[in-house]
Amino acid sequence: MQMYDLPDERGHFGPYGGVFVAETLMHALDELNECYLKYRNDPEFMAELARELKHYVGRPSPIYHARRWSEHFGGAQVYLKREDLNHTGAHKINNTMGQALLARKIGKPRVIAETGAGQHGVATATVAARFGMKCTVYMGSEDVKRQSPNVFRMKLLGAEVVPVESGSKTLKDALNEAMRDWVTNVADTFYIIGSVAGPHPYPMMVRDFNAVVGHECLWQMPELVGRQPDACIACVGGGSNAMGIFHPYIDVEGVRLIGVEAGGSGVATGKHAAPLSAGRPGVLHGTRTYLMQNEDGQIMDTHSVSAGLDYPGVGPEHSWLKDLGRAEYVAINDDEAMEAFHLLCRLEGIIPALESAHALAQAAKMAPSMRKDQVLLVNLSGRGDKDINTVAGIAGITL
Amino acid sequence: MSRIHGRFEKLKGEGRAALIPYITAGDPSLEVTLALMHELAAAGADVIELGVPFSDPQADGPTIQRASERALARGTTLRRILDVVARFRSLDADTPVVLMGYANPVEAMGYDAFASRAAEVGVDGVLLVDLPPEESRGFVDRLVSAGLDPIYLLSPTTTDARIGEIARLARGYVYYVSLTGVTGAKHLQVGDVSARMEVLRRHLSVPIGVGFGIRDAQSAAGIAKVADAVVIGSRIVEEIEGSAPGSEAANVGAFVRGIRQAIDAVARKD
Repeated sequence: MQMYDLPDERGHFGPYGGVFVAETLMHALDELNECYLKYRNDPEFMAELARELKHYVGRPSPIYHARRWSEHFGGAQVYLKREDLNHTGAHKINNTMGQALLARKIGKPRVIAETGAGQHGVATATVAARFGMKCTVYMGSEDVKRQSPNVFRMKLLGAEVVPVESGSKTLKDALNEAMRDWVTNVADTFYIIGSVAGPHPYPMMVRDFNAVVGHECLWQMPELVGRQPDACIACVGGGSNAMGIFHPYIDVEGVRLIGVEAGGSGVATGKHAAPLSAGRPGVLHGTRTYLMQNEDGQIMDTHSVSAGLDYPGVGPEHSWLKDLGRAEYVAINDDEAMEAFHLLCRLEGIIPALESAHALAQAAKMAPSMRKDQVLLVNLSGRGDKDINTVAGIAGITL
Repeated sequence: MSRIHGRFEKLKGEGRAALIPYITAGDPSLEVTLALMHELAAAGADVIELGVPFSDPQADGPTIQRASERALARGTTLRRILDVVARFRSLDADTPVVLMGYANPVEAMGYDAFASRAAEVGVDGVLLVDLPPEESRGFVDRLVSAGLDPIYLLSPTTTDARIGEIARLARGYVYYVSLTGVTGAKHLQVGDVSARMEVLRRHLSVPIGVGFGIRDAQSAAGIAKVADAVVIGSRIVEEIEGSAPGSEAANVGAFVRGIRQAIDAVARKD
């Protein structure tokens, strides 16, 4: 079997990926690519990253056998990769730590980020505080409202949070605005993109920094159950936590990779955020990938109970894995995600992020019809403390 | 000979720099856009850059972003813009029209369908800001075989190697973005542009237009001394935004005439 080794030199995953940006950003991206290629093979840099991940982030994160939840389904055994136990409460810090160390190496004193749910913004503000860097986070004004605890966390950490009022006022608009900041202030600013999206080298670099998740699973699963899982399941907005757990498993035969998009009110209603399930390829945010777009090529508004999945595109490598058939992509609706959210709270004492609840709901769909000796591994990408206002709102409760 | 090339040859003979105004098609409506195009030509525009609105205009500042939102809210589409160019062309056979926008609306229409329809209605050049040379080979071939000029951006940070690559593909003119930032930014340094022009001319045979940061007669005249064309976008879009309904063309016409005079007053070294 040929080993999977992508992207190519210009960032292509088959027909996807690439560098679709204005000339003004070309040089900055080339510089970033050179810098990353240099340090990814630098033992000193990698050792420093490993130290930070161990002592500051708290890696490796455990894998937990959700016994009561599994018994409830009466089928497959469900294991949870506990990225929610990382410092800042999500997988996002795996990447921000890597990029912040790079920013230090190339002497950029200021970092910027876009954020949807606020998890990436918090993870960026955290590492900026840790290393004494200036930090500006762009966040759609709609998301500022529904993720107010995270906005306050970022401010506590010393970051400036800029609400973005353009377009749909969500993640995609925050990304546009962060790009504009970067192109204007490129001399002293490092743009820490939070997902496996955007122009090359971001999809590759963010994947590599998050792949620590999958690499840990590769040795943790045999320790725990004596073998690799039958399937890895992860939610997909831009797709960084999914790419992080999928990538080390691409060449491992017999492990299904299942990405779960936000079905919103249902894919058939058109109110969703599931480009791999119901979109078609196009060019947005510097990359070619599956998009939610109308027939004129305008990007459509997305809908999801989860701010972190509310994005009309997806990382280009997911598009390629879909076309290759190596990964499968499904959609989970808001109400299914909410049901899984509550069940995990009650049966396991774990409050999951609404994003991760989409992956949990897919496991809940699959587990009952599977044998008891089969194993599902869900990437529990974040904790749900940030979502309690949303969840209370759905129940008609004001906190 | 393309209409763009012909226009630049004529200007060269006259010792004048070209004036290239930009408007966003469909802002505030396609009917007004058509009137604006005729007014721009009458006011002395040498090439009209017609912006194709996109939902996510990453390389643009707030002014053009708002114009794009207004245009899209009115149902502006690429096909309808091409229809407007056809109507413009039926009355004006001389003024070159360049479509400027982002790759996705063109991809959605299909490169072949777009190139043939654009050529048919009388478009002269196409600039897709997020389609750099590395990603545009197939598209450029289709444009050129349809008789359209592919226009490229150059920036202060473009390396010599890339300038060479762009020089091989570019036709009509190239658009030098005079500062790092988005459209509508405000820190133009004419001296920096002048130094940069000399480097660019070593690689490029096509004329060089300069834009980003040109907001008044003074900055336009400064650029006209060193570049082959002066591109003005956000400042004109602001004029449209601030106009009472029905007075857009008159206001834009007056502004552009002022710029034209300032440019023509400049003695060009050739």
